Amino acid sequence: MTTTTSAPSLADVTASDAALRRFLHGLPGVDQVGAEARAATLATRSIKTTAKRFALDLAIRMVDLTTLEGQDTPGKVRALCAKAQRPDPTDPSCPPVAAVCVYGDLVPVAVEALRGSGIRVAAVATAFPSGRAPLEVKLADVRAAVEAGAEEIDMVIDRGAFLAGRYLAVHDEIVAVKEACGDAHLKVILETGELATYDNVKRASWLAMLAGADFVKTSTGKVSPAATLPVALVMLEAARDFRDRTGRRVGVKVAGGIRAAKDAIRYLVIVNETCGDDWLTPDAFRFGASSLLNDLLMQREKTVTGRYAGPDHFTLD
Amino acid sequence: MFEYAPAPESRSIVDIAPSYGLFIDGEMVDPIDGHPFKTVNPATEEVLSEVVAAGPADVDRAVAAARRAYEEVWSRLPGRERGKYLFRIARLVQERSRELAVLETIDNGKPIRESRDVDLPLVAAHFFYHAGWADKLAYAGFGPDPRPLGVAGQVIPWNFPLLMLAWKVAPALATGNTVVLKPAETTPLTALAFADICRQAELPPGVVNIVTGAGDTGRALVEHPGVDKVAFTGSTEVGRQIARSLAGSRKKLTLELGGKAANVVFDDAPLDQAVEGIVNGIFFNQGHVCCAGSRLLVQESIAEELLERLKRRLRTLRLGDPLDKNTDIGAINSQAQLDKIRTLSEIGEQEGAERWSPPCELPERGYWFPPTVFTGVSQAHRIAREEIFGPVLSVLTFRTPAEAVEKANNTPYGLSAGVWTEKGSRILWMAQRLRAGVVWANTFNRFDPTSPFGGYKESGFGREGGRHGLEAYLDV
Repeated sequence: MTTTTSAPSLADVTASDAALRRFLHGLPGVDQVGAEARAATLATRSIKTTAKRFALDLAIRMVDLTTLEGQDTPGKVRALCAKAQRPDPTDPSCPPVAAVCVYGDLVPVAVEALRGSGIRVAAVATAFPSGRAPLEVKLADVRAAVEAGAEEIDMVIDRGAFLAGRYLAVHDEIVAVKEACGDAHLKVILETGELATYDNVKRASWLAMLAGADFVKTSTGKVSPAATLPVALVMLEAARDFRDRTGRRVGVKVAGGIRAAKDAIRYLVIVNETCGDDWLTPDAFRFGASSLLNDLLMQREKTVTGRYAGPDHFTLD
Repeated sequence: MFEYAPAPESRSIVDIAPSYGLFIDGEMVDPIDGHPFKTVNPATEEVLSEVVAAGPADVDRAVAAARRAYEEVWSRLPGRERGKYLFRIARLVQERSRELAVLETIDNGKPIRESRDVDLPLVAAHFFYHAGWADKLAYAGFGPDPRPLGVAGQVIPWNFPLLMLAWKVAPALATGNTVVLKPAETTPLTALAFADICRQAELPPGVVNIVTGAGDTGRALVEHPGVDKVAFTGSTEVGRQIARSLAGSRKKLTLELGGKAANVVFDDAPLDQAVEGIVNGIFFNQGHVCCAGSRLLVQESIAEELLERLKRRLRTLRLGDPLDKNTDIGAINSQAQLDKIRTLSEIGEQEGAERWSPPCELPERGYWFPPTVFTGVSQAHRIAREEIFGPVLSVLTFRTPAEAVEKANNTPYGLSAGVWTEKGSRILWMAQRLRAGVVWANTFNRFDPTSPFGGYKESGFGREGGRHGLEAYLDV
């Protein structure tokens, strides 16, 4: 869509708290009933045979294989990295995942384990998952992860500031983190479960994109509800509209609670019918998940052999 | 490219007989003076079956059966007992919903996604809802013991064959009337399947009678002296004929006729959902909807942006095999309807409106028309005034809320309207001024058996659904 002449230049909208508020609150609203109905309709798409095979392989290539537990150890991360490179050891045609996502202190382990594989190392940072720390601490967290070799940083926004209406504070923090990232890609976690309304999801998406996010991401996985189809729809619509305005493609990552291949395919349908081909790539859409991968593999094998293998035929890492 | 592979619903679940008789007095019977005609699948032009165009003697027989059932059985049953039959029918509809959805799609041309997710759930809901009313009529506000009218002659259209049957049959039976129903000429098969459900439910013979046929059969039915109540859904033209022929008779009449609904989008609307509402308003069921939002009234300040968004959305619509579970736009119901849509669209172009359709390939066989948008339409254009009853949207603009109301009401019809704005007070302001039977706010084409539906002006009179809908079948 072409930029309408009446639209203000986006450079000005972050000039002050008032300007940013005016801009975000001037975005067309999201009708909850309508957005949920649209997502539900798209969820009825029937993806079969060749389309299913395509979608499963694409979904595998979009997975950020994730472990974010207090009990994570180097051994656990190495096992995950091995799985990321060869998700299905019995089938060389199975593609690798997009990235491995860990806490900052385990980045060196992942970098070592994934060297030369082409799989990216992502680290959560900025006092993940709550984001409740002074900015200097958050930035130090980011710099440490990047210095250790993380190519992607998953930051959390300051939801408290957002809900209090201090949009510029949220914006400036993202800008600062983006700067600290250097060449690393920045994914901005909105934690949509805490933002509660679709209007907020839309505003937070725009806010993050204006601040330079490479990706907007739904959730930390530590708050329920995490990713939902309508939330993804609203974020994808925002990303689509942002590109119409600026020419820049911002990716979308859905994370938390996506365990079934069927659900992953539903997300891909929404991507397909909202943003189209340009977002159907690991460069622009990701699944943050751990157990999802095995269901994708199980369904993938079924499309090849016509039979389901038992869960013990897929590695637990 | 994420191409969806074909995902056709299996048609093995339906069993279409090579020919059907008429359902009279609880049995399928051969016609007395009717003659056979063929019903086709509009998506392929394949002949599905041979049905009967009932003649006057057949109609007479059906009305006599309904009268007998009314006097001897149905009007004497306590409401609680009538309710049991209706509950049973509702459950049978649910149990057989996949079969009925496939059959509806084959006979009508509508996408299976719609017959499965909209038509059939609503059919069951209408029977359940009215089953609940059957023993509570004393509390409906029509006196302590409202009486039925007698025999209802009902004529329904082809756009929602089974759903319109449910809208007619469920309230009639709940209130204690018996029924002779004529389904549309091009879509008789689900009504005949419903006859089987009546038998399965062990409904007393003659309570529901189904006579297939075209206009002549319908005329014989509504003009039959043994009919106490006529309910018709269809074109305004036929509705006028019926009203004329019934004038001066004791028969009670309700008409649900055409429409040319305005879908009004203000500049503060939730735009992405408004686009969905516009699509759902005019492209749902190929626009074969009497309350379709066929006129888009958009505030001039956002017209350009909204149209861009709408066009992008229309490019994702999937037109094709109605049985494919991913199809959004199915076939036009008949050659005659296709001709009418084509003619009016050509007139739209001749009158100077700009025509646009997304790139889409139409199947070679069957009756098809692409989703079409006309911009630069004014109130004077025929496409802004006449009901097209197809997937054709006319786009007009307005500047102020008062102008929106004026334009929305400037039509002989008044069935429905839509308002899109995030401002609640404006929704109420508009709803008070729009002369339409239904005003949808931030949605469109939503139906529920508890909500009365019906028209203003030349869109007809009488209500279907809700407490108000009972009145049409009660002697009040």
